[in-house]
Amino acid sequence: MSINLDQALQTFIVEARELLEAMEEALLQLESEPGDADAIGAIFRAAHTIKGSAGLFGLDPIVSFTHIVEDVLDRLREGSVAVDARLIAVLLKSSDHMLELIDVVASKGGQLQAPALAREAELRQTLQAYQAPSAAGNDELEVIPDADVGVEQGAAILWHISLRFGLDVFRNGMDPLSFLRFLNTLGDIVTVQTLTDSMPAAEAFDAESCYLGFEIDFHSSATHAAINEVFDFVREDCQIEITQPADSSNTAAQQTGTGLVSQASDHAEQGTAVVAMGELMEDQRSVPRVPAQVSNEKQLASDKQADSKAKDGRYVRVNADKLDELINLVGELVIASAGATLLARTCDNDPLQESTSTVSGLVEEILDGALRLRMIPIGDTFNRFRRVVRDVSQELGKDIELIISGAETELDKTVVEKIGDPLMHLLRNAMDHGIESAEARLAAGKPLKGHLHLNAYHDSGSIVLEIADDGAGLNRDRILEKAQERGLIAPGATLTDQEIYNLIFEAGFSTAQAVTNLSGRGVGMDVVKRNITLLRGTVDLDSKPGQGTVIRIRLPLTLAIINGFLVGIGQSTYVIPLDMVQECIELSEEDRHTSREQGYLDLRGEVLPLVYLRDHFHHDGPSARRQNVVVVRYAEHKAGLVVDDLLGEFQTVIKPLGKLFGALRGISGSTILGSGAVALILDVPALLSQIVQLENRYTANPAQSTATAR
Amino acid sequence: MPLACEILNDTAHVNIDGELTIYTASDLAAQLLPRLGATPQMQIDLSQITEMDGAGLQLLIMVTREASRAGTALTLTGHSKAVLETLQLSGLGTAV
Repeated sequence: MSINLDQALQTFIVEARELLEAMEEALLQLESEPGDADAIGAIFRAAHTIKGSAGLFGLDPIVSFTHIVEDVLDRLREGSVAVDARLIAVLLKSSDHMLELIDVVASKGGQLQAPALAREAELRQTLQAYQAPSAAGNDELEVIPDADVGVEQGAAILWHISLRFGLDVFRNGMDPLSFLRFLNTLGDIVTVQTLTDSMPAAEAFDAESCYLGFEIDFHSSATHAAINEVFDFVREDCQIEITQPADSSNTAAQQTGTGLVSQASDHAEQGTAVVAMGELMEDQRSVPRVPAQVSNEKQLASDKQADSKAKDGRYVRVNADKLDELINLVGELVIASAGATLLARTCDNDPLQESTSTVSGLVEEILDGALRLRMIPIGDTFNRFRRVVRDVSQELGKDIELIISGAETELDKTVVEKIGDPLMHLLRNAMDHGIESAEARLAAGKPLKGHLHLNAYHDSGSIVLEIADDGAGLNRDRILEKAQERGLIAPGATLTDQEIYNLIFEAGFSTAQAVTNLSGRGVGMDVVKRNITLLRGTVDLDSKPGQGTVIRIRLPLTLAIINGFLVGIGQSTYVIPLDMVQECIELSEEDRHTSREQGYLDLRGEVLPLVYLRDHFHHDGPSARRQNVVVVRYAEHKAGLVVDDLLGEFQTVIKPLGKLFGALRGISGSTILGSGAVALILDVPALLSQIVQLENRYTANPAQSTATAR
Repeated sequence: MPLACEILNDTAHVNIDGELTIYTASDLAAQLLPRLGATPQMQIDLSQITEMDGAGLQLLIMVTREASRAGTALTLTGHSKAVLETLQLSGLGTAV
C-alpha cells in the first residue's frame, strides 16, 4: 500500500504553480474590483489548498508561510480587513514568494537563499499587521514567533497531545500510527500511551472499527498551528487536544472542539492558542476534505473541482509526449488510408471504393480530433500579461490599460508556449517606447490612460495575434535615418512606409533614444521575428504617427498535418495548402496569350498577378495544352498559380525537407502520396511575398522592362 | 491471511503469516478470538508478520486482553521488525 511519493510530489508542484497563477489573476482582478467576493474566495482557496497539500508532504517552510497568508486572507473574507493597494501589493509579493518556495522544493534539496529569507521575514512582518490582534495584545504574538518561523530552529517546547480516534478511522482509510510517525518528523515523541478503554467486549469487537486513543508528550519547536494541522485529515473522526503541560490541568478525555474554545477563554494568555482556536474552528467549517485514501492527487482534484467554477468540463491530465506519439500515428494512418483509397480506385469494385471512402472520412475526423487535443486557448498566456503590464506601467510611471479580446482562440500547444516570449517583448516595447508619458499625451490631446490591445482571431487557415497601442506610432523618418546610418539600405533606395517600418526587425536596430533595462538595446525585435519565423509565421507592422502602432503576427493553425490541394506540372505533383486556395479557373487559350504578356489575369475586374510554376520551378518540356489557375490568398495578397492539372483535395502529413534543401525558396516541406510518390508543398506566403516585391519594384520603376514582371 | 494453528499438548501454536493490518484484521480476529479459552496456553509466533498498522495493533491488544479473560496464558514470540517498530511507536514496547 505504498504511494508513489515522487510522482505525487511532482503533481503537487505542477498544481501548486497553477494555483498560484490563479491566485495572482484573482488578486489583479480584486485590485480593479475591490468588492469582488468571488475573487477573494478564489484567492483564499488557492492558498488554503496549497497549504494543506504542502502539509501532506511535510513541506514545513511552505506550510508555515502560507499559513500567515491564509490567515490574512481569511480575515479579508470575513470583512475584518479591507482591500487596499498596500494589501494587494503585499499579497502579490507573498504569492511570488510562495512560488519561490515551490521552486526550492522542485529543485530537490535546494535551500532558500539569504535574500529570499530576508524577503520572507519582511513579508511576515507586513502580513502580521493584518492579522487579528490576540486577546492579550500583540506582545504574546511577538514573544512566540521563535517557534513560528519554520525555517530555522526555534525554541522547542513540550506539548501534550490527547487523541481519541473515532470508530470509522480505519474505514476512512486512516491509520492512527501514521499520525504518530508524522509527528516524529516535526519533533520528538517523548512518551506515548496507547489507550484502549474504549474497546468493547470480545463479542462486540469489530476488528475494522477503531477504538484507540493516545496520550502523547511531544517535544517540538513547531507551532500549535503546525501541530494541529497534522491532524487535518482526521479532524472529523477524532477528538484532538493540543496543550502545553503548564495548563493541561484539564485533560478530560471527552473534550471536543467546542470544549477547546471555552478552555481558550480561560487561558487567554496563550496568544498562539487563541489564534489556533480560530483556526481549528475554521477548519471544521471549511469544505470537508475528502477523507478517503490519502492520495494527494485526489485531494487536489477535489479542491480543484470546487475551484473551477469558471472552467467548464472535466479535465484529464495527459502526458504531452503521448499526445505527440498519437498524432504521429494518426499522420501515418492518413498516409496509409490515402494509399488504400488510391488502390481501391484502380480496382473496379464499388463496395470496396465505398468502404475506403468511409475509412477516409473517419480518418479525417480522427485527425481533426487529435489535432484539437493539442489546441489550447491563448487566454491563459494573455492573462499572464496582465501582471506584466501592471508592474511595468507602475515602473514607468505611466497609466496603461490592457484590453484583451479573443482569449478563447485556440492554438497548438507548442505554438502557445513559444509565442509567449515574443509577445511579452512586443508588449514591453509598446509600453516603453510606444505609449508616451502622461505629459506628452496630454499635450497631444490624448486621454491620460494609454491603451494596449491584445487580440487573437482565426483568418483563412491562420491565426492572427494583434498588439495595438494608441501611442505615438513609429517614427518613419528616424527609422529611415538609422537604417541608412547602419548601412541596412542602399543610399538613394526608395522604400514604402511598410518596408521602412519592417526595418526595425533587422538585427541590432534600435531608434530608442534612451535605452532602458526593458528595451531599446536592439537585441529584441530581430529575435522576436526569428522566433515567429521558426513557428512558420509572419509578422507585420502598421503605424500612424501620433495615433499608434499595430503589430500583427500570423501563425499557421497546425504544424504537422496539412489539408492540401494537389496540382500537377508535367510529371511532378505539388501540394498547395487548402486553406489558402480560393478558387480554380481554367485558363482559356486567349487568356493565356494576354496574361503571358501582361503577367496578370483579369479576374472579374480584379487584377490577379500570375506565377507560372512551370517556369518558376524550371520544369523542362513544353507546357501542357490545357492549363489551370489556382487562385491563392494569404493575408492581403492574392495571386494565381498557373499549373497543368488539378488533382483534387488531399490530406497528409508534412515531412520536413532535409538540410540539403534549406535554401529552397518557395517550398515548405514534402509529403508522400498514396501512390508512394513524393509531392512538394508550396510555401505560398513566400511565393506571394516574392511577387509583392516584384510588383513594388515594378510600380516604383515603371520604366523598367516587363521582363521581370510575370 | 493464513493463520496456522496447531495444538500440541495443551498449547495452541499460532502462526500469523503476512500482513497484520486493516486488510487482514477482521479475518484474523474471527479465527483467533474463538480459540481463546480453548486451550490453557497459546503461543503466537509473530516472526512472519510483514506489515502492521493501527488495526493490527488494536487486534493484538484485544487478543492479549481476551486471552487473560478467557483463561489462556498467552505468549507472543518472534516479534518481527514490523511488529517491533509498531509496538515501539505506540509506546507499548514491552507491554505486549
